[in-house]
Amino acid sequence: MSDVRNLIIIGSGPAGYTAAVYAARANLRPLVVEGGQSGGALMTTTEVENFPGFPDGILGPELMDNMRKQAERFGAEYITDDVTRVELAGPVKRVWIGDSEHRAKAVILATGSAWRPLGVPGEQELLGHGVSSCATCDGFFFRGQHIAVIGGGDSAMEEATFLTRFGDTVTIVHRRDEFRASKIMVERALSNPKISVRWNSVVTEIVGADGKVASVRLRDTATGEQSSLETNAVFVAIGHDPRSDLFRGQVDVDDNGYVLVDAPSTRTSQPGVFAAGDLVDHTYQQAVTAAGTGSAAALDAERYIAALEQ
Amino acid sequence: MGATKAVTDDTFVSEVLQSDTPVLVDFWAEWCGPCLRVAPVLEEIANELGDKVKVVKLDIDANPNTARDYRVLSVPTLTVFKDGEPVQSVAGARPKGDLMRLIESAL
Repeated sequence: MSDVRNLIIIGSGPAGYTAAVYAARANLRPLVVEGGQSGGALMTTTEVENFPGFPDGILGPELMDNMRKQAERFGAEYITDDVTRVELAGPVKRVWIGDSEHRAKAVILATGSAWRPLGVPGEQELLGHGVSSCATCDGFFFRGQHIAVIGGGDSAMEEATFLTRFGDTVTIVHRRDEFRASKIMVERALSNPKISVRWNSVVTEIVGADGKVASVRLRDTATGEQSSLETNAVFVAIGHDPRSDLFRGQVDVDDNGYVLVDAPSTRTSQPGVFAAGDLVDHTYQQAVTAAGTGSAAALDAERYIAALEQ
Repeated sequence: MGATKAVTDDTFVSEVLQSDTPVLVDFWAEWCGPCLRVAPVLEEIANELGDKVKVVKLDIDANPNTARDYRVLSVPTLTVFKDGEPVQSVAGARPKGDLMRLIESAL
């Protein structure tokens, strides 16, 4: 079984890269399958102010690039493509990327979570034409225009605040009458003169004209009243869902799709398969908590592999 | 030929629209995280496909006219041009397999 490597890590956010740093330093020569959107959720953020060790903050993509290089220095290998299929049962784990098969004694799942779309008419059709999941990618195109941000959490506040650099107005549309975002983020957003809020409002449709976003249709959750908000861009920040579809039926997941682990370890229901980061964690979802569980998964995997050899 | 090449508003017509082979254009910006990650994937694709396809990068900050002409509202936007016309386009970073299929569907 010379072509069976020690460890494959699937995912490339703070959890995947931290697992890679630990596993590479333990001489496991991990293969990291980064996915087509490598770097994870931090790739689309701007300044990360709460990752310890960076008193002046650090850009999300730069932080991820540093982690990647750190693991590479100790011998981690990378494939920047999406896993298409896995077989996690048995002593040899199999991971496919299209037709190419990779085998390992242990696997760490760290695929994180995926942007959650609104699921309303017009959204898919206008994606990339005014509908966006990434303020840092697409805000630039709406200089001097009207922008709507949908959501009420930290990422909605961050995006709204960031987008005031470009937009003439930024309207936050939120389904409730208060935000769940942290106080500092809410205060920063609400004190910005360009930002206004449509409370108790849900988007029912994104309306395009001439191939671009023109307005959104809103429904008041209290009165049921319908209205229209003219906007050139719709940034959707209503949350994320765990990216566990590939693994379902092979490891246990909860009702919302989060992979279940035998906490405080990172062991899943499948021996030799470990999970870390936002794929598991529906509570904290921080870069630093993901990194923490990533290191734990590498240590768990290292022990598992060592025990196989005895 | 391999590797990607930078094009500008000035060279877009000759390099892309008048190209004999299909061209994959990466509309990108240096402040866009996903763009930085898709860049090495494009290098790989350019090396693998050789003369069959040209892979070029257009910095939308420095070359706003071309980006506006093709109504780019998201970066990265990856568009395949054939015989002077955009034939396939995706917004956002994609895995290599997706991009290969995008190009192959235009060959």
